[in-house]
Amino acid sequence: MAPNSIHWFRKGLRLHDNPALREAVQGAATVRCVYFLDPWFAGSSNVGVNRWRFLLQCLEDLDANLRKVNSRLFVIRGQPANVFPRLFKEWKISRLTFEYDSEPFGKERDAAIKKLAMEAGVEVIVKISHTLYDLDKIIELNGGQPPLTYKRFQTLISRLDPPEMPVETLSDTLMGSGITPISEDHGEKYGVPSLEELGFDTEGLPSAVWPGGETEALTRIERHLERKAWVANFERPRMNANSLLASPTGLSPYLRFGCLSCRLFYFKLTDLYRKVKKNSSPPLSLYGQLLWREFFYTAATNNPRFDKMEGNPICVRIPWDKNPEALAKWAEAKTGFPWIDAIMTQLRQEGWIHHLARHAVACFLSRGDLWISWEEGMKVFEELLLDADWSVNAGSWMWLSCSSFFQQFFHCYCPVGFGRRTDPNGDFIRRYLPILRGFPAKFIYDPWNAPESVQTAAKCIIGVHYPKPMVHHAEASRLNIERMKQIYQQLSRYRGLGLLASVPSTNVTGNGGMMAYSPAEQHPGTSSSSSSHLPGGSGSSAPTGSGSGSILFNFDSEEQTGPSRVGQQRHTPTQSHHQQQQHGYHSVPDSSQSITSSRLCHEFAVPQHPGLLHTRGSSITGKRERESEQNGSGEEDQASCSVNKMQRQSAEVSSFLLMKSYV
Amino acid sequence: KNRRENEVVEEGPSWECLPQEILFHIFQYLPLLDRAYASQVCRGWNQAFHMPELWRCFEFELNQPASSYLKATHPDLIKQIIKKHSNHLQYVSFKVDSSRESAEAACDILSQLVNCSLKTLGLISTARPSFMEMPKSHFISALTVVFVNSKSLSSLKIDDTPVDDPSLKVLVANNSDTLKLLKMSSCPHVSPAGIMCVADQCHGLRELALNYHLLSDELLIALSSEKHVHLEHLRIDVVSENPGQQFHTIKKSSWDAMVRHSPKFSLVMYFFLYEEEFDIFFRDEIPVTHLYFGRSVSKDVLGRVGLTCPRLVELVVCANGLRPLDEELIRIAQRCTQLSAIGLGECEVSCSAFVEFVKMCGDRLTQLSIMEEVLVPDHRYELDDIHWEVSKHLGRVWFPDMMPTW
Repeated sequence: MAPNSIHWFRKGLRLHDNPALREAVQGAATVRCVYFLDPWFAGSSNVGVNRWRFLLQCLEDLDANLRKVNSRLFVIRGQPANVFPRLFKEWKISRLTFEYDSEPFGKERDAAIKKLAMEAGVEVIVKISHTLYDLDKIIELNGGQPPLTYKRFQTLISRLDPPEMPVETLSDTLMGSGITPISEDHGEKYGVPSLEELGFDTEGLPSAVWPGGETEALTRIERHLERKAWVANFERPRMNANSLLASPTGLSPYLRFGCLSCRLFYFKLTDLYRKVKKNSSPPLSLYGQLLWREFFYTAATNNPRFDKMEGNPICVRIPWDKNPEALAKWAEAKTGFPWIDAIMTQLRQEGWIHHLARHAVACFLSRGDLWISWEEGMKVFEELLLDADWSVNAGSWMWLSCSSFFQQFFHCYCPVGFGRRTDPNGDFIRRYLPILRGFPAKFIYDPWNAPESVQTAAKCIIGVHYPKPMVHHAEASRLNIERMKQIYQQLSRYRGLGLLASVPSTNVTGNGGMMAYSPAEQHPGTSSSSSSHLPGGSGSSAPTGSGSGSILFNFDSEEQTGPSRVGQQRHTPTQSHHQQQQHGYHSVPDSSQSITSSRLCHEFAVPQHPGLLHTRGSSITGKRERESEQNGSGEEDQASCSVNKMQRQSAEVSSFLLMKSYV
Repeated sequence: KNRRENEVVEEGPSWECLPQEILFHIFQYLPLLDRAYASQVCRGWNQAFHMPELWRCFEFELNQPASSYLKATHPDLIKQIIKKHSNHLQYVSFKVDSSRESAEAACDILSQLVNCSLKTLGLISTARPSFMEMPKSHFISALTVVFVNSKSLSSLKIDDTPVDDPSLKVLVANNSDTLKLLKMSSCPHVSPAGIMCVADQCHGLRELALNYHLLSDELLIALSSEKHVHLEHLRIDVVSENPGQQFHTIKKSSWDAMVRHSPKFSLVMYFFLYEEEFDIFFRDEIPVTHLYFGRSVSKDVLGRVGLTCPRLVELVVCANGLRPLDEELIRIAQRCTQLSAIGLGECEVSCSAFVEFVKMCGDRLTQLSIMEEVLVPDHRYELDDIHWEVSKHLGRVWFPDMMPTW
């Protein structure tokens, strides 16, 4: 008997290149396409009205396109786990298809639904089409760990077969004899809800700058390619005043909701490149936009705490400030920095900002000026940004706050200079902050520096009509760069004076399993650290080289006598504590106090065998040790998990235990 | 853990009889919490837990749930340490979050450290500097307790605190023979006279960090006096308070005296200035080794850097205008023969000039961090070729730094 199918839409809101949907119609008697929406949840969720509108438009477009093949979309009010069992029975379903979701919570949800389906005797077919590659294959190729540098990721990708070709768009032919039973009251029961139904106040809501839907996406990709063909330039376009504005060729929200297949985009780019460049094979950089997305999906797929700092093995622990007032000023475009406020206004109004504008506001919130946790910024983007996907959003925020991925942290975007460089005239600011319209270009990025006469002429007094800057940028960057340097020095165990050498080596050959250090591959000054710590080996300071050696640690080892000196002579855990100290300053930490997760991981893994550390002279040795520990443990993240567990435990029991020890 | 228990069972008494030295040797590898676990095992191990040697260093973490994500050192533990181990403490640091309460808690602890002799003390603000928020007098009296009681302080890190001239005098009066490191960037209550007093008396000072407004010719002369040891590290932060600020100059002869006295000393300078405030800088030769430009710096200033910084080891430029820095980089490669690290953020350099720069510096460039956007393709090199060319000259694989397109 021909099966009755359900195709379950989540992302992948399209009929083109939808392999799971194709499986659903294959030889089916009946086909129903469903989308689950919990109206109660919708109003209370953290997702803003622009994103909801985009989604509803996608669903309407999907429904419209399904009608063209004599089908409809069934928008089901409720939660999949509650509703599926009833649907299976009611519709006599024997096949369920959906697109693979790589994100940890999606995987968990899907596993539960699969189980329900199996119990109901329903066959489940899952197909990968939200990403170009099977992410698990990338991870497997990297020895079981997701690559943590983009370079490494590119290397792995270049070893894989090219992505699979897009599959045929759903059509009458493909539908074959499959039908969609549609009841009279379909609209009432299964229609796409309106924003009002979801509890949003739509009065005064301006029309969408980014209309949702597959149809729009397919128009845009043609325009996108036409423009590329016209400029015949495949490099990343340089940013200018114009690129800050929403473009009718922009694709990111469409990729996010799967209105546009990334594979279609990939192959269209390839074709165009071959046509324009006369058959030379395209470089990986052509696919930059798609590959970065893929990179973050890969990094996140097995890490349910990818969007957190605590308990996230790849995230550096940074002592961010909790400051709700400052956060609110940033989110509500009241920082007093026109460049930042204009971007945040654009984000709130339209749901999209240029990627360098994202860099600017993210840097300002986190490591640049306010020193507020990237998690808070990520949540605001989650609410407002149309293309914010869990993995990509969290990954980008970790990247921009220098919390992971072996980032150079020296480069801080100036909230005044960066904008001025991009749009010297300040038109972007005038567009989104009309209150500042009267300021001349000279002062529009720092209106607080404008003489009173200029402010009066502009009909905008700073501190009255527009806020004064909320931070002293020069002072804030001085403090923050110093903190980042200390944090990174702890990670890299680099003690010299250089700023650049403080970043842990990205280690081109390693699989970059964790943010662990690889000693000094590129830092000749520090590679001999084990010997320079020998008592007597001190004082070798020289202004040359990146690791200028001596600093006051050595005074320590000269002065300290007694048993601890034995520890100093060997490369022991105690020693490594010393090394992690900020440069030139020697308070000796206690490792029960928090430092960074990766570091703890490194040390908790070897505490019983200080001798092992003795042999660590090269990055290769260090790496192997770590790998073998992980392999031996059977579970790739065990080391870090146990660290997290320990941290949690320690938070609970430490005070009790310590008190007890004193009894 | 299982293994350990088994061994205890098999070998029984020998574990209890471990000599204290061995126990100490083991304990020193264990974090505090593990030592606490171990101390529950038997009387001997409990005694070992209290060995003074294990309490030489301690890092107090003072955070409030409302202002920090990190946990704090438990107040009871703090009490116990003060009661039982304060006389053992030698290397102490305080990490405080942005709340005034935390800063005050740190000062409360400090003022109880009366019977100890600290060698190092660090007051570290992990977020917005909170010591600045508290009453100056409270801070000063707490700090002075340490200065007066600890007669052999060698390292002191008190950046972003309200320390003042009189308290530095107390420091000098009690610790002049031992002080080796003093970090006090952004301490607005210290005057040039205050730091002069330190430099005049503390002849063992080897590392010093301060803001530019405290730097003077007299200070450099004092640090290069015959009585003074060789300076190893001088860190200067040049921060503009208000746009258009005027900065004083330092004579070339003073820097020359420094270099004569301490030929190997490192001079690290961080600039956070508006472009127009650079006027007086890099007019004469300056022995700077590490330069960081935190805001946009003009092509002209970078050109002067090439002429006036022969000892330059590291150069980091966060931003520059829209004109390529080609000649400036080439000049730096020619003149700064020690240069081994360079980082460029929002700048522009033509690919050809960049390759030329790398070729001239060769493999002494151990750190080369260039944002991809910096490199402007030209008739000779496309972006895709450049990493081969640069890698060839460096003798190792090199790529520009990339930022996600998101």
